[in-house]
Amino acid sequence: MESDPKPLKFFAPEATESTELPLAESTVHAGFPSPADDFLEGALDLNDLVIKHPEATFFARVEGDSMKDDGIVQGDILVVDKAVEPYDGCLAVIYLDGEFTLKRVRFEAAGIRLIPANPKYPVIEIRPDEPFEVWGVVNWVVKPV
Amino acid sequence: MYGLCDCNNFYASCERVFDPSLEGRPVIVLSNNDGCVIARSNEAKRLGIAMGQPYYQLRELMRQHEIAVFSANFVLYGDMSRRVMNLLRQFVPAIEVYSIDEAFLDFTGMNAELFDELGHRMARTIRQRTGIPVSIGIAPTKTLAKIASKLCKRYPKLAGCCLLNRPEDIEKVLNRFPIDEVWGIGRQWQRLLETHGIRTAQDFVRLPESWIRQKMHVVGLRTWRELQGEACIGFEQMPTTKKQIATTRTFDREVEDYEELHRRVAQYTGACAEKLRRQRSVCGEIRVFILANRHNENRPQSYESRLVKLSVPTDDTLELTALAARMLRSIYRKGYGYKRAGIVLSDLRPKEGQQCDLFDMADRTKHARLMEAVDALNMTYGRHKIRTAAEGPEPFKMNRNHLSRRYTTDWNQIIKVKA
Repeated sequence: MESDPKPLKFFAPEATESTELPLAESTVHAGFPSPADDFLEGALDLNDLVIKHPEATFFARVEGDSMKDDGIVQGDILVVDKAVEPYDGCLAVIYLDGEFTLKRVRFEAAGIRLIPANPKYPVIEIRPDEPFEVWGVVNWVVKPV
Repeated sequence: MYGLCDCNNFYASCERVFDPSLEGRPVIVLSNNDGCVIARSNEAKRLGIAMGQPYYQLRELMRQHEIAVFSANFVLYGDMSRRVMNLLRQFVPAIEVYSIDEAFLDFTGMNAELFDELGHRMARTIRQRTGIPVSIGIAPTKTLAKIASKLCKRYPKLAGCCLLNRPEDIEKVLNRFPIDEVWGIGRQWQRLLETHGIRTAQDFVRLPESWIRQKMHVVGLRTWRELQGEACIGFEQMPTTKKQIATTRTFDREVEDYEELHRRVAQYTGACAEKLRRQRSVCGEIRVFILANRHNENRPQSYESRLVKLSVPTDDTLELTALAARMLRSIYRKGYGYKRAGIVLSDLRPKEGQQCDLFDMADRTKHARLMEAVDALNMTYGRHKIRTAAEGPEPFKMNRNHLSRRYTTDWNQIIKVKA
């Protein structure tokens, strides 16, 4: 009989990554399996609700009371989405005079107006030739009650 | 077709996202311990600040210009990198993450007529969503894609994407592209080529195949072919487990004391072994090196290193720490002001499927259980909570006097917005 000249080949299993899988809750018992196991769905995740574009989403903390009539006060957390194009009337984080500011943005023929939600603060007018940057649009506010 | 997406001045750009006042100003980022420059904005490059330049040499320049200085904030850069890479994945069938700020893109099966538009849309989207400017090169080979990406940086008019596909365009570009900037041409080859009057990539391409094969072997030949549009470097889609794990640090001052050096080396060993276990590998080699101050000419200079090959590959902190200490003992010399030390674990292989050594005396099962418990505790209660006695009471503080906030990973450090 002719012997096979091929040498033996050894294989080693690669186990460099672990993947977590959702587990069915009931372990194997002699009794009746949980009828809910066939209907498992993931639990609700708040992230799914407030984060539309994970790569573009940043969180920011509010300091000051100029937006208090919109219900946004000191310490609230803003969910800022840089993927959203600024639109007329949007709430936005704006980089202005060396700091980040929260205001409602109005795009008007004469220029851009930044509107506070507190009568103690003035409306800020941006002339068309002034440098102005919307850093991100605020979609949600997270706050304790 | 291949693409290369490279983030422009990545670390400096990350800092700018969260501090737009840095726009237009020179920005530099310093290495661990604020030792030397590891990233520069274009403005800083124009001031003549070099990559790797020691920070203390910049004092005069700092006085003359308003240079913004940052300690490396790798937590922030890592998070921003993850965002950029995830966006890239949404545009092309596959990406190969090449480094923290670079990824190759696979355009296989996509309509060639849309490449240019697609590339520009990718660059725009990444810029808008993360704030990071990128340069995307698209070409028939990885080496050409790298060149195309560099062209974007040179010519802002390209608006972040350069498609390099037509042979006449490629030739025009190679005619002017310096050979030492070509991917894969190291300093040694550059010197060899220079002595033969080869200055541009096109000069190099014109050399006969036999010459390249003889002088630069298959590796050089690969670059030579890639420059001519023949893809020789394939696409590695799987994130490869690292071939080497290293922890090296420049100290904030000169260290003469053996005990202190020992503690530092033990800490690096502990950190390396933990990384090793996290990727489920074992190492077959461990290297220790120590370096005396290079920038102080009044002190004796020295670089010493030792390598040990292990008969049984391991991921055990205790075993590696003992080995590192033995090696350190053999290379340490009294009277030297050591400024840098490091541990490098190499010959890495997957932990599963290792052969046993008949003469192995160690109780590996027991040690593996111990390491598992240590890793779990450190995961729950914070890093360095459980460590070897050799590491000493607490980790050495890094000098990071110019650290920006961890804007994206710590609730207490997120952006502040005036309302």
